[in-house]
Amino acid sequence: MEYFLTEEQQMIKELAARIADERIKPVAAELDEKGEFPWNLMKVLAESDLFGVWLPEEYGGLGGGVLEQVLVVEELSRACSGVAVSYAASGLGSYPILLFGSEEQKQKYLPDVASGAKLAAFGLTEANAGSDAGAIETTAVLDGDHYVLNGTKQWITNGGEAEIYTVIAMTDKSKGSRGASAFIVEKGTPGFSFGKKEDKMGIRASATRELIFEDCRIPKENLLGREGMGFIVAMRTLDMTRPGIGAQAVGIAQGALDVALAYARERKQFGQPIASFQAVGHMLADMATEIEAARALVYAVARTIDSGAKDFSKESAMAKVFASDVAMRVTTDAVQILGGYGYMKEYPVEKMMRDAKITQIYEGTNQIQRNVISLELIKQAARKR
Amino acid sequence: MQIIVCLKQVPDTTEVRINPETNTLMREGVASVINPFDMYAIEEALRIKESLGEGEVTVLSMGPPQAEASLREALSMGADKAVLLSDRAFAGADSLATAYTLAAGVAKLGEFGLVICGKQAIDGDTAQVGPSLAEQLDVPHATYVRKVQSLEDNKIVVERMTEDGYEVIELALPALITVLKDINQPRLPSLKGKMRAKKAEIPVWGKEDLDVDEKLCGLAGSPTQVVKIFTPERTRECRLIEGSAEEQAKVLASELKKII
Repeated sequence: MEYFLTEEQQMIKELAARIADERIKPVAAELDEKGEFPWNLMKVLAESDLFGVWLPEEYGGLGGGVLEQVLVVEELSRACSGVAVSYAASGLGSYPILLFGSEEQKQKYLPDVASGAKLAAFGLTEANAGSDAGAIETTAVLDGDHYVLNGTKQWITNGGEAEIYTVIAMTDKSKGSRGASAFIVEKGTPGFSFGKKEDKMGIRASATRELIFEDCRIPKENLLGREGMGFIVAMRTLDMTRPGIGAQAVGIAQGALDVALAYARERKQFGQPIASFQAVGHMLADMATEIEAARALVYAVARTIDSGAKDFSKESAMAKVFASDVAMRVTTDAVQILGGYGYMKEYPVEKMMRDAKITQIYEGTNQIQRNVISLELIKQAARKR
Repeated sequence: MQIIVCLKQVPDTTEVRINPETNTLMREGVASVINPFDMYAIEEALRIKESLGEGEVTVLSMGPPQAEASLREALSMGADKAVLLSDRAFAGADSLATAYTLAAGVAKLGEFGLVICGKQAIDGDTAQVGPSLAEQLDVPHATYVRKVQSLEDNKIVVERMTEDGYEVIELALPALITVLKDINQPRLPSLKGKMRAKKAEIPVWGKEDLDVDEKLCGLAGSPTQVVKIFTPERTRECRLIEGSAEEQAKVLASELKKII
């Protein structure tokens, strides 16, 4: 399909695709098996300038936006979404600074994110606060020139590997979600440590850890925006990054279709390639159709955001929910087409199926996404009356 | 230090086909790439420049106008300058005429410390242009270099692969080396590099721009002439000799005697 990418966007997509095919694909199975953080691939991505595609030029970026980021995530995910999410999570961790940071904060942190010299991570989820972000228990208490953080964040992508963390903590518990604030915390700050690395079902190349704050004192200037804005910071950030999860899902699904199609053309049963059987052919047709629809939606939402639209929570949620459901179906069908081989680790599709599952869960479960979409629908309908 | 890398644009061998009638390469529709061995030459030049913290890498190619694309790719990897030697008079050159023309290009670029070439081009496979260019430039050379051990102001120490090991060779600079794929892993281009490369001006030098004798360039200057290209015919017949081992040996021996 023709997506009318600019010359620069085409260049970004091609370079990301080349890295995916030449550098990531050959090691994807090994990274998955060992659950090893792909530092050397992060270095390749950094040297190729891909970390900065979505950041403004004044902070060392290339001046693109959500679409540029989405193109990279999609291509990387074709080869390994564990690598892709490590890349994308650095964006998730630094969007709060781009959206709500002071000029000083942006100058201090964003150039290192753009160059890939440092990774970033976003700390919202806790053991008792997942979909219900208002139930956050981590606290931040102002003490002179410092905030003192206490509490534990859970399942933080790039946890332990990143240098820059944006963390949501309660500055006034009595106000519920309006009492949350966002902070920048640097790795190495006394009182800031990490829990064990989680042993995950998929995206195993990525690192997921707890962030533990024990009387962790951070300078007062590390507050993002104002006190009480934490929930808005988190929601606005996730609105920007959900198309990225959609792109990850599209990439995984495309990778699975590529493998399934190649296999179906080669594998012979009853004297003919299984692709010539209508039962298999129609599965491939549905997979390709759904992927194209998901891609079109993800790109359209990314473009909507980049055009400067004000309110896009609903569209952003749609891109995530639709593409991730497609990825789950497509990867499951890819395993089915490969049959017994598909179930074996020697073939890449079982990994893709495991990797796809998380896209329905993280950055807001698909159930929460549907809540967002339906709530917006009702609000918009009410406004019209 | 001025480092010059010579590169050749070649057809992507993974896609190449032969015209069965003329036995020549069918170049139509086949993508062109930088000769893979030259990629290692570019990478090594960039690494040397980075380790010295100073200097300039210039990529030089002789070829048709479309070879410019390969020079742009080298620029996107980080080369500082690129020059294309292109002229109808240069066409049809064998390795001698190519080295002659490249030497004139190098001379025009001015003083240099090191010239790096790939060990050979994957289309011609002669591995002659590198050493021949060194002779034309009257500088020492080492072929099949797998490692640069050290580089100082006036000398370079390299490891040169041989059939049963390697030699350590010290060369006075300026010098020329040809490199193997063992020497490094070429980097991918960067986005900023690609954007810079897209805008870069690549001068094209023809016979008027170089101090060359036209009779020594291109087809005119090439003692190697291709008379005919053909696939050797296979006329093998297989005959099974029956009988006991003794009988078989007897028949085989008498057959062999006929041939000798």
